[in-house]
Amino acid sequence: MKDMKDNAEGYTTPDGRQIGGVLMEMKNITLRFGGVMAIQDISFDIREGEIRAIIGPNGAGKSSMLNVISGFYHPQEGEVWFRGARRPTMRPYEVARQGVARTFQNIALFKGMTTLDNMMTGRLTHMKSGMFSQALWWGRAEREESEHREQVEKIIDFLEIQHIRKTPVGRLPYGLQKRVELGRALAAEPELLLLDEPMAGMNVEEKEDMSRFILDVNDEFGTTIALIEHDMGVVMDLSDRVVVMDYGKKIGDGTPDEVRANPEVIDAYLGVAHD
Amino acid sequence: MPEQLIFATEVALNGLMTGVLYSLVALGFVLIFKASGIFNYSQGVLALFAALTLVGFQDGQVPFSHLINATFGTEIHGFGFELPAIIAIVLTLGVMVLLAILIEKLVLKHLVNQEPIILFMATIGLAYFLEGLGDIMWGSDIKNLDVGLPQGISPVIDTVTYEWFGYGFFIDKLDIVATVIAAILVISLTLFSQYSKQGRALRAVADDHQAALSVGVSLRFIWVLVWSIAGLVALVAGIMWGTKSGVQFSLSLIALKALPVLMLGGFTSIPGAIVGGLIIGVGEKLFEFTVGPMVGGATENWFAYVLALVFLVFRPQGLFGEKIIERV
Repeated sequence: MKDMKDNAEGYTTPDGRQIGGVLMEMKNITLRFGGVMAIQDISFDIREGEIRAIIGPNGAGKSSMLNVISGFYHPQEGEVWFRGARRPTMRPYEVARQGVARTFQNIALFKGMTTLDNMMTGRLTHMKSGMFSQALWWGRAEREESEHREQVEKIIDFLEIQHIRKTPVGRLPYGLQKRVELGRALAAEPELLLLDEPMAGMNVEEKEDMSRFILDVNDEFGTTIALIEHDMGVVMDLSDRVVVMDYGKKIGDGTPDEVRANPEVIDAYLGVAHD
Repeated sequence: MPEQLIFATEVALNGLMTGVLYSLVALGFVLIFKASGIFNYSQGVLALFAALTLVGFQDGQVPFSHLINATFGTEIHGFGFELPAIIAIVLTLGVMVLLAILIEKLVLKHLVNQEPIILFMATIGLAYFLEGLGDIMWGSDIKNLDVGLPQGISPVIDTVTYEWFGYGFFIDKLDIVATVIAAILVISLTLFSQYSKQGRALRAVADDHQAALSVGVSLRFIWVLVWSIAGLVALVAGIMWGTKSGVQFSLSLIALKALPVLMLGGFTSIPGAIVGGLIIGVGEKLFEFTVGPMVGGATENWFAYVLALVFLVFRPQGLFGEKIIERV
């Protein structure tokens, strides 16, 4: 791990993928809700092309951290650096327009819309023509629309959800909804993809599917992925580096093997009494 | 054709035209309700305010003239010139957009994530505020609104129907114009919401705020947009009603008629608002024509509400409302 940190140009994973420089860096983030410390002075970085996991027991502050990254929460202390520049306090939609897409722990889809429409909303940040030009130059708007459609269809093929293209997502089973939500995030062609418990509530088969998609997204589109997960086994197989949180503090950071060997992490997961 | 049936047809046609006006007001409600889940009580007053402002601009009235005169003892009433209708309409539209921005900045922004009932109450407050503001700005006398829309009996329909049935129908030209304008408005709104970038963003916000934020939609921009569109619809409704019966403060009461229209059509459906308005318009006229004489008339005052009540019992989501899907 030491030499990885020192090497600004990145590192090579055991399976031979080249990981690039730092894409996003969290510096001494502290987040409080009233008297509750959700995150205490946590720093870590996410590198280009990497699959980065944040794990920890219930209430460790993982989701809060993801919400800080995506602009839904604003930390009281600390800095967020993105693409080598300090990010000012941003609203969630501004973060999204910067190329950070996300999914939610308890699925936030547009339930009344079809799968296709849901994924088209993912293209909103890429749609150029404004209201007035759309009213005036119908042809251009139409051409743009079909370009976006093409992009979306590619992702639909990729996620193998052709059969539910025209189904309102409110009617889909849970596992498929999760997949559509992933599709909507991918439609934005994000530089950084944030996944909040992508496998929560899934059965073994669905989990395997989802793992495969996550790996393929990383591999085929070169998307950097940061994910939160409960299931230790899944995380260890998927990710290149893991941050471990417990009670709002960072207790471990490194490759899956390093983390697994960390006594503090073992304590947190096996439940040693806290003072 | 028997005489009774001919009369009934004429009555139904006139009801259809009135229904268009109900639809226009209901449309403003639906737009805001769809996008933000707020039942906007002030929609009727918005129409009144738009009509007042339009007349004010047209007549070259000085806003707040009563207040200024009372405070400084001056005698200002008008700028002394009249604006052409088209310029006055554009200016009024500008005022409505400005109003939308102010409403977002001063009211809605501070009530994000509050219960719908709180937002509803805020719009009640807004309704009273706007009514007062309209009064102070432009005075409370009944004004004539004339933007050059054709009015009076349509001679073409009169002669044609006379040749066919031996009885000339009385159809107001204004009603025909209102129908055409309403149709254009609805078609362009539908196209806008289905196919434009902002329309898609608008539907996204209507469905799920959090998800909309995560795909890069600014809630505040969408709210301003929606209230501006509602302002535009209010202006159109205000022009129609104002031309028909003069701009007066009872105009805001027509908003109440939009309620049964919404219950019939469903709070979330644009076609629902249109069809609901037409059903109520035709229904109340025909009911008055057939049953009215038996019960001593004046059924138009309550017919719409009773019909809405029946709908509430048997089809609470309305004709076109979204069916509530709940996965257990």
